[in-house]
Amino acid sequence: MKSREQFIQDLAPKKFTKAEKIWLGLLIVVIFAGFLAYVDQVRSGLQVTNLNDYALWGIYISNFVFFIATSFVGAATVAILRLTQNAWRTPLVRIAEIISLAAIIMAGVTIIIDLGRPDRALYTIIYARFQSPITWDVIIIPTYLVAIFFLLYFPLLPDLAILKEFYKKTNPRLSKWYGKLSLNWKGSAVQKALQQKSIKIIAVLVLPLGLILQTIDAWLFSSTYRIGWNSTNFGPYFISGAFVAGVATLVVTIFMVRKVKGLEEYITDYHFDKMGKFLALACLIYLYFNANEYLMPAYASTVNEGIHLETLFTGHYSTIFWFVTIGGLIVPVIILMFKKGRSPVVMFWVGMLVVLASWWKRYIIVTPTLLHPYLPIQGVPESWRDYFPSLHEWLITGSNLATALLILTLLVRYLPVVAIQRTMDESALENKAKTGES
Amino acid sequence: MGKENKNTRRKFLDKGLKLGFITALSGFGISKVASKLNATPNHDSGSKMELMNTNGDIIQVDSTDVTPVEHSSDHDKKYNVREGMPNRKFVMVVDLAKCKNALACQSACNKHHYVTGDNAWIKVYNMQESKDTAPYWMPVTCQHCDQPACVTVCPVDATFKRKDGLVLIDNERCIGCRFCMAACPYSIRVFNWSEPDQGEIYVDMDMSHHTPTPEHAGKPSKMGTVDKCDFCPHAIKNNELPHCVTACPNGVFYFGDKYEDTVTNGDESLRLSKLLEDKAGYRYMEALGTEPSVYYLPPTDRLVDFNDGLENYTEYESVAKPE
Repeated sequence: MKSREQFIQDLAPKKFTKAEKIWLGLLIVVIFAGFLAYVDQVRSGLQVTNLNDYALWGIYISNFVFFIATSFVGAATVAILRLTQNAWRTPLVRIAEIISLAAIIMAGVTIIIDLGRPDRALYTIIYARFQSPITWDVIIIPTYLVAIFFLLYFPLLPDLAILKEFYKKTNPRLSKWYGKLSLNWKGSAVQKALQQKSIKIIAVLVLPLGLILQTIDAWLFSSTYRIGWNSTNFGPYFISGAFVAGVATLVVTIFMVRKVKGLEEYITDYHFDKMGKFLALACLIYLYFNANEYLMPAYASTVNEGIHLETLFTGHYSTIFWFVTIGGLIVPVIILMFKKGRSPVVMFWVGMLVVLASWWKRYIIVTPTLLHPYLPIQGVPESWRDYFPSLHEWLITGSNLATALLILTLLVRYLPVVAIQRTMDESALENKAKTGES
Repeated sequence: MGKENKNTRRKFLDKGLKLGFITALSGFGISKVASKLNATPNHDSGSKMELMNTNGDIIQVDSTDVTPVEHSSDHDKKYNVREGMPNRKFVMVVDLAKCKNALACQSACNKHHYVTGDNAWIKVYNMQESKDTAPYWMPVTCQHCDQPACVTVCPVDATFKRKDGLVLIDNERCIGCRFCMAACPYSIRVFNWSEPDQGEIYVDMDMSHHTPTPEHAGKPSKMGTVDKCDFCPHAIKNNELPHCVTACPNGVFYFGDKYEDTVTNGDESLRLSKLLEDKAGYRYMEALGTEPSVYYLPPTDRLVDFNDGLENYTEYESVAKPE
């Protein structure tokens, strides 16, 4: 059995390696490029994008929906796995919470980037009207952000106290910070009881909040008259899609963190195996809602519906559509069915594929529908009949992704990504059981 | 046993009392309402007044029953841009049979509203439902729906519905989220993607003393906000017709007040209800339930060949750009 010191030594945050510093530099460069593009967008208006009066929403809204979806992973893993008492979640939940936090922050940022008048963003609060789905979003996003923050913070308290001790000599300044953030944690019975209760409340709360967040996101679309959006299926369709995007992001992130931080002993093949099954389940549920979303309208289609589906199945968007359906859902399920398919390296690539497909999925939910309005597209430049993001949009998108990764990288740098106290407690319990049996 | 009996009796008494109380109350209420309904004037002063009712008939009324209506004297002063003109309901009728795609409506609209983007506020669509049915020209303005989807989804009350039927945009309020554009099934809304090049507007309109209101078609247009056809409230206010109506050489557009049941295209004034009945007027995409204020008359008995209008048809342009 490992000693307490060894656990702390293994799990305490480590300084950036050279490779990580290069990674960080790269992120900052990408963020800066996007920042410049955004400054230009604010100065000269949304004309720098390829958006138009028909494709009035584009890649920014896709990014928004993608970040919202990814932020579901915290609620999904923590709440579901906790409520079902799945012990294998221990080394995974903190990374899930960190991803959620980074994603929900970036969702808030991306929606402001899409505004024509970001200077009036506060009007959504000052002049809020409750009947608009955007107002519901304005309410739920900060609420979910706060919930996720506490979900990350409460279980951190004992670890922060441990780190305060750990860094006392080697890095007094850092130690002071950990001390302040640990809120004077001593590990007394009263503190523990209070902490456990708080975690429990927030864990129960975060699942409905996550479901509401995804549903409102879906309602942004389904509350319009548009073909392809006005669907009663959209709520559960978005929830299950968020499940896929979130778990896939988790797999990819965990693989990278494990590799860079050398946590192979704590995050084992066993965990990847479990996550693989979890991801396969997510994909299967999402496939079911995809069938609802596309097959029934195709069976009993009106003319407009037929035009919309035709562009997806065989037309302009068919390449992306089949990539996200086959490449992003069916192939991963098949790979994940095999034990070897759930080994870490294979899972990483499957995860990457699913994340990429998840992003393009949002793209083909947003764009094709807008290009098939009820009235024909006439009297506008020919380029308006199609939409593909401009350089500005790609730069800003890249910058959004990089910002999310920067938040992730910094949190992983300064927080123990695997809960120290909890891992020690569980290991002790395990040992006790073993010695008791023998 | 005895105790149980007592309990049930108590419950019975309790319930009985409550029930009785409710019955008494409702009986009292009903008698009150009934007395109001059956009220007959029980006074007769002997002096009668002659009045005209809404049907135009002269009726006699006991003079004690007549109380003067209090007219609010501050009607005009209190006029609110967001409330609209009191007791009006503006409607438009578009006669598809007369439209030859002359596009005068569009150029007049573009000119008077200083439309400088790529998308005009009014467009004449080249329509054909199926290859076996006749093609026709269909001018589309904002439908000024009575159940406007755009207003419902607006998060900040920037676009609003007035009592006189107009749906307008406050471009000092609009945050540019474009949800209203996504919600509008008529694709009528346009966005100021760049700074609108309306340089001449200040000279023309003497904007120096003018605070922008939605009444003036949101002029000047603002970058990052939504614009659309506004039924020309600045013209209506002066008892003038919207620019598209006056500009049309073929008298396609009729504009008027639904409460007055009258519409006019400048040359002839017609009864709205009769016009719609005689020519089988309809509203576009009625099934969506948006309750538009624009009516269409079907393109029947056309005097001109559809192909004549094709000369003017530009598929990719609705706002003429200076060379």
